[in-house]
Amino acid sequence: MAERASLWQRLRPQRGAMIGLWVLALLVVFVLLGPWLWRIAPTHIDIRARNQGLSWAHPLGTDQLGRDMMARLMAGGRISLAVAMAVMPITLGLGGLVGLLAGYFRRLDGVLMRLTELFLALPLLPLLLLMVTLFREPLARHLGPPGGSFVLIVLAIGLTSWMAVARILRGEVLALKERGFIEAARAIGTRPGAMLWRHVLPNVASPVVVAATLGMATAITTESALSFLGLGFPPDYPTLGRLLHDAMDQMQQYPLRALLPGLMIAVTVLAVNAVGEGLREALDPRSGSR
Amino acid sequence: MRIKVLLMGAACGAAMTGMARAERGVDGQVNVIMWQAPSTMNPYLSTGSKDIIAASAVLEPLAVFVPDGALAPRLAAEIPSVANGGIATDLRSVTWKLRPGLIWSDGSPVTAADVAFTAAYCMDPAGGCAQLAKFDGIDKVEALDPLTLRISFATPRPDPFSAFVGAQTPVLQQAQFRGCTGAAAPGCTQQNFQPIGTGPFRVTGFRTNDAVLLEANPAYRDPDKPAFATLVLKGGGDAAAAARAVLETGEYDYAWNTQLAPDVIAGMEAKGLGRVEAAFGSLVELIHVNLSDPSPDLPEAERSTLKHPHPILSDPAVRRALSLAIDRSLLTDIGYGPAGQPTCNLVPAPAAWASDNTACLTQDIAGARALLDGAGWVPGSDGIREKDGHRLHLLFQTSVNAVRQDFQALIKQWWQEIGVETELKSVDPSVFFGGDAGSPDTFQKFHADLEMFANNFEGSNPEPYLARQGCDKVPGPDNQWQGENISRYCNPEYDRLLAEMSQTVDPAERGAMGRRLNDMLTRDSDAIIPLVYRGTSSAYANTLGGVVLNAWDSELWNVADWHRTR
Repeated sequence: MAERASLWQRLRPQRGAMIGLWVLALLVVFVLLGPWLWRIAPTHIDIRARNQGLSWAHPLGTDQLGRDMMARLMAGGRISLAVAMAVMPITLGLGGLVGLLAGYFRRLDGVLMRLTELFLALPLLPLLLLMVTLFREPLARHLGPPGGSFVLIVLAIGLTSWMAVARILRGEVLALKERGFIEAARAIGTRPGAMLWRHVLPNVASPVVVAATLGMATAITTESALSFLGLGFPPDYPTLGRLLHDAMDQMQQYPLRALLPGLMIAVTVLAVNAVGEGLREALDPRSGSR
Repeated sequence: MRIKVLLMGAACGAAMTGMARAERGVDGQVNVIMWQAPSTMNPYLSTGSKDIIAASAVLEPLAVFVPDGALAPRLAAEIPSVANGGIATDLRSVTWKLRPGLIWSDGSPVTAADVAFTAAYCMDPAGGCAQLAKFDGIDKVEALDPLTLRISFATPRPDPFSAFVGAQTPVLQQAQFRGCTGAAAPGCTQQNFQPIGTGPFRVTGFRTNDAVLLEANPAYRDPDKPAFATLVLKGGGDAAAAARAVLETGEYDYAWNTQLAPDVIAGMEAKGLGRVEAAFGSLVELIHVNLSDPSPDLPEAERSTLKHPHPILSDPAVRRALSLAIDRSLLTDIGYGPAGQPTCNLVPAPAAWASDNTACLTQDIAGARALLDGAGWVPGSDGIREKDGHRLHLLFQTSVNAVRQDFQALIKQWWQEIGVETELKSVDPSVFFGGDAGSPDTFQKFHADLEMFANNFEGSNPEPYLARQGCDKVPGPDNQWQGENISRYCNPEYDRLLAEMSQTVDPAERGAMGRRLNDMLTRDSDAIIPLVYRGTSSAYANTLGGVVLNAWDSELWNVADWHRTR
């Protein structure tokens, strides 16, 4: 508890991180509580009200089929944030495991790092497209169309974005291994499992937290890219990337329709990044003098 | 009033200057942008319409299709018919007479031997000719004398206008292509990029997938045409960029295939540099209803095959209700504007073949509900209808395309109103139309309950198109999923009428049969739900005169008549 308080105290003076946190909190309130107050369904078509600008009935205008942009942005943001949140444990788990093992056990290092490089070298988008084609139908059958797509996209992004975490962790563990307290622990006969759990993991927590936040930002952009290509979620599911895709054709007449989802993606990613950066500063013992 | 007089004066002036300058090569250069760039000038080596259009400025067939779908002679002196003796009474051969005095752009005379050579060139079994289908059923092609050509068919042919009719099958010069037959065809780069032709232009430079440079053919048969000295066909960009280059920046005079949302086009046209017009051929945006069961619980080879009828869509009342609930006028307005018309027909043209089937044009939500009620589909607690344990839940797929996704959303809402739950799916177009027998997502495999795309036929004879809906054309594992009867429509009466039509010569009778077949597929069974009759739109500058759009043949079919107005 004391540690957490001190983290908060270290984070507080950093303006960037605080702004990021506030923006993120506002976004979460907007997408989670918004739909309770703004009751128009994001997929409701009111064809007479199409292509409208800002008004009281539609504060952010309507799209080419008369669907309310504000409701669509709320729904889109909710999906994007949900995907990001769900991807995080996967990247952390996979990347953490690979990084810890590779850093601690010399025998596994070569194999696991080559595996990491293999994944880094894979062209991401074609691989994602292939996964979507192969697994969409079986998953949709068991979990329903939106649920299936969600699981598929989360897994697809998670399985292809753990590499950064693994590499960072491996470096940290390699450095940590040579430290005196680890050697001391080894000298008194601590088993590898206990060693990793009790001594290594707590000491690499800070880079992991930072990598996790930055991974969230990547997940948001990847999901948007997939939706923008017309893949990923079914077409009637408004996600931020899908909104951008829909707005493309009429970008010149109605620039706002492309700007709003684009801005929301950018702001979310920037806010997450700012928080991550702030966490890194706060958790770094060498920057304590600031 | 004064403005009107002034305008009339200007129009007269323009007409007079146009006439005064009716001379070859006086109007400088005309720039055409095709956002898919031509990759060859030999239509026998490509099915891409970009290549066929580019080649049509140089190479000419015996006859072309004019904008209303009728035939007009090009290299032929007249269109053969039974009356003028051109078509044999047993329907097994057609005799073409060439226009006398024709010469190639290198000055040598055009003879029937060139035409016969071209047929042999395409029908060479080692050649892999892209237009081989146009030569289907031809027994032999022989030059009777320098100006007479006879094409004989293996079986009687009521409509013999396939080979050498339309821009896909122009006449090649024998002297130039003699060494390029069979397997050597693709390797003849010089010949394929710079064919010697009879058309208004000849190639001076060809850069694959970039640009084609052409100049007026000095040997063209009309000494006053073409009005332009040079023609540049430039490739690159996309439909929006091409339209912009004509309508907003004025860099180009003509843009091919500018399929864009109506309000996007209206915004560009507001600049006043040019306009977009649509030519109506036979392209129809439609929904295919799957009459077979696509359930994933079935073994892979039995999904969407005739073995298992669809548990819900086999009920004609459901299909009719789905069709009734759609507002086709609204779809047309939103998706295509002036480049579309609401339709209830699979075959919308030519006039003799177009059924007067218009009942579907008015949306009738109440009628659709009543129909479903009457058929025993009762709404459940959430408003979605059910019957015999089947929930009215349908998977509706199409390709990724902004207009199609808008259509999906609208149709989903209408079907929701009549108690049908729709799940939407969009597939990447290269996969959807890719025809890969190994992919589950092709339109032929049809692993969905309904799917939407556009379809049309070449030439102005819809018979082969209607024949594709016969029971033997159902895609399935036995034919590598290559059939065109996407709805899996099987009706012995339809097949019988098809067979009868293939033996009928009288055009009026054939048209009547075609209308009947069209109605069986659409109005009577709702196996196919037509939505919009689509035009192919092109943009052209206000200063470009003589453009007559033509959806039945190459867009450059009358490029010889193009001129500069101003």
